[in-house]
Amino acid sequence: MHHHEPPAMNPISGRQCHLRRNTLLIIASTVLLLLIILVTGVMIDGNGLATHPEIRNQAPSQHHWFGTDWLGRDMFARTMKGLLLSIQVGLIGAVASTLLAAIFGLLAAMGGKRVDRFISWLIDLFLSVPHLVTLILIAYISGGGVRGIVIGIAFTHWPSLARVIRAEAMQIKQAEYVRISERFGKSRFWIARHHTLPHLLPQLMVGFLLMFPHAILHEAAITFLGLGLSPHQPAIGIILNESMRYLSTGMWWLAIFPGVSLIIVVRLFGILGERLRMLLDPQTAHD
Amino acid sequence: MKLKVYGIWFAMKLIRICTLLLALSIVTFCLMSLSPIDPVQAYIGADAMRVSPEQRQAIAEYWGLDDPPLTRYLHWASAMLRGDMGTSMLYREPVSDVIGERFLHSAALMAVAWLASGMFGLTIGIVAAANKGRWLDRIITWYCYTVASTPAFWMGLLLLVVFAVWLGWFPVGLAVPAGVLASDVTLLDRIYHLILPAMTLAMVGIAPIALHTREKLLTVLSSDYVLYARARGEKGYSLIKRHGLRNILLPAITLQFTSFSELFGGAVLAEQAFSYPGLGQATVEAGLGGDVPLLLGIVLCSALFVFTGNLIADLMYKLVDPRMRKGGEA
Repeated sequence: MHHHEPPAMNPISGRQCHLRRNTLLIIASTVLLLLIILVTGVMIDGNGLATHPEIRNQAPSQHHWFGTDWLGRDMFARTMKGLLLSIQVGLIGAVASTLLAAIFGLLAAMGGKRVDRFISWLIDLFLSVPHLVTLILIAYISGGGVRGIVIGIAFTHWPSLARVIRAEAMQIKQAEYVRISERFGKSRFWIARHHTLPHLLPQLMVGFLLMFPHAILHEAAITFLGLGLSPHQPAIGIILNESMRYLSTGMWWLAIFPGVSLIIVVRLFGILGERLRMLLDPQTAHD
Repeated sequence: MKLKVYGIWFAMKLIRICTLLLALSIVTFCLMSLSPIDPVQAYIGADAMRVSPEQRQAIAEYWGLDDPPLTRYLHWASAMLRGDMGTSMLYREPVSDVIGERFLHSAALMAVAWLASGMFGLTIGIVAAANKGRWLDRIITWYCYTVASTPAFWMGLLLLVVFAVWLGWFPVGLAVPAGVLASDVTLLDRIYHLILPAMTLAMVGIAPIALHTREKLLTVLSSDYVLYARARGEKGYSLIKRHGLRNILLPAITLQFTSFSELFGGAVLAEQAFSYPGLGQATVEAGLGGDVPLLLGIVLCSALFVFTGNLIADLMYKLVDPRMRKGGEA
């Protein structure tokens, strides 16, 4: 998507080396930034989350970068804790979802026509309900808690990646060496394990990273709706939901800073996924 | 002959939709009966202390909650086929009435947002592609990528802070003014209350369509026939109009139709942020309150909504795209 530069004629010109280094630099700096956020989230102790009635409703200042809320809780500490939770939920949800996508995609491609048809029907089934409705449904069924959100995210995000994996696996199935392997009498499972899966790993990796932002956004959305977590837990969605009651009194910082932080984290993961795809995809690896 | 082909295709689509809806209702029903949330408890809510075990029993019996799940499902499904979707436990009204009334509010919101994001997204996508690599393009792509990482409800809060709190131009929420009789609410009132939520949805919805249009148009602009057109002396927006627009319009419109799922999800969030009483808010309330009949009805309705969008998109490809039309005849 970042084709701002004109294609150079010479495949190993200095400009392209420069671009490759640039991409690596961007990847390194996004990873560093995300690590800083993670470490900050882990390091912050309960003190910031405790209530301090004497410093209620303070606008952002040197001591409280993001201000304080109506109970005197430090918004910076709450935001960082919330981001940490978002990243954790997003991570587990996206990993589970990627696994589901890999299993279903491979099954569809290797398991014969009937399995293929069933899985494409299953994909249609999951895509037919808006993600958010599915998430609300699963949050209700699991009776709340982080577990429900993780399950919900895992179950809503796999279909589109499964389609990609299926198409890719179908292509590999047609390759010469797979045919030869078949003639040698290797089982379908052996071929899937030794020929198909290694080829799909980069795809899965990129798919996982591009799923991550969506997973985080959905975690924020579902906690915002009040489904899932208890209101005492610092989650970005809960923080933003609470802030709604205080917006009309002019306490803008309650909504602005946590929201902007969330957008930055989501965007960082997005950039990371895009750049890694550019590196791994042979078509753009040299751009 | 051609009509017959379309008829068969359409019938196949309808059958598929029916099997999916059937499976969806069964799966949803099974999952819901597994939920640890007790519907009776959710129904009683804060009055739990004042309700005796006998009364609980009576409530459970009244709603048929003691029957085994299969009986309840068959009961529900047979009523459904007769057009009776059951009674909402929260609103104490027929589910079809609740959904019908709420959907009207949501439909107005989604329609405005859908049209606005479609037209505006297409426009800025074209502008970005026409100015590829220049600052205008950079701003537009930056905006689109950022908005794609923005939760819809936060966009709503932002607009709320700016337009309702700081500037005071718009009301803080609700579909109609508070404390006014339903009969006194004018159309103007409704529109006035619709603007901010619709704007929220539209601003978020612009990103995919704009990025898609930009990519497509860039591909078209680098093609040989555009090079030839340039050589003939065509340039600027008339070139894009004559050679680009025709190629990008159909995929852009179908993309809009296939985005009904995200549109609905965005509406749920925007409605919650503005306390706008639409279907999205009802979904959240049903989920929080354990209103099984309503939740089930909404799941099926939202699925039908998404199907309709996809069906229109498929149909448009089949009817409008000359290449597909040829393929259908052959």
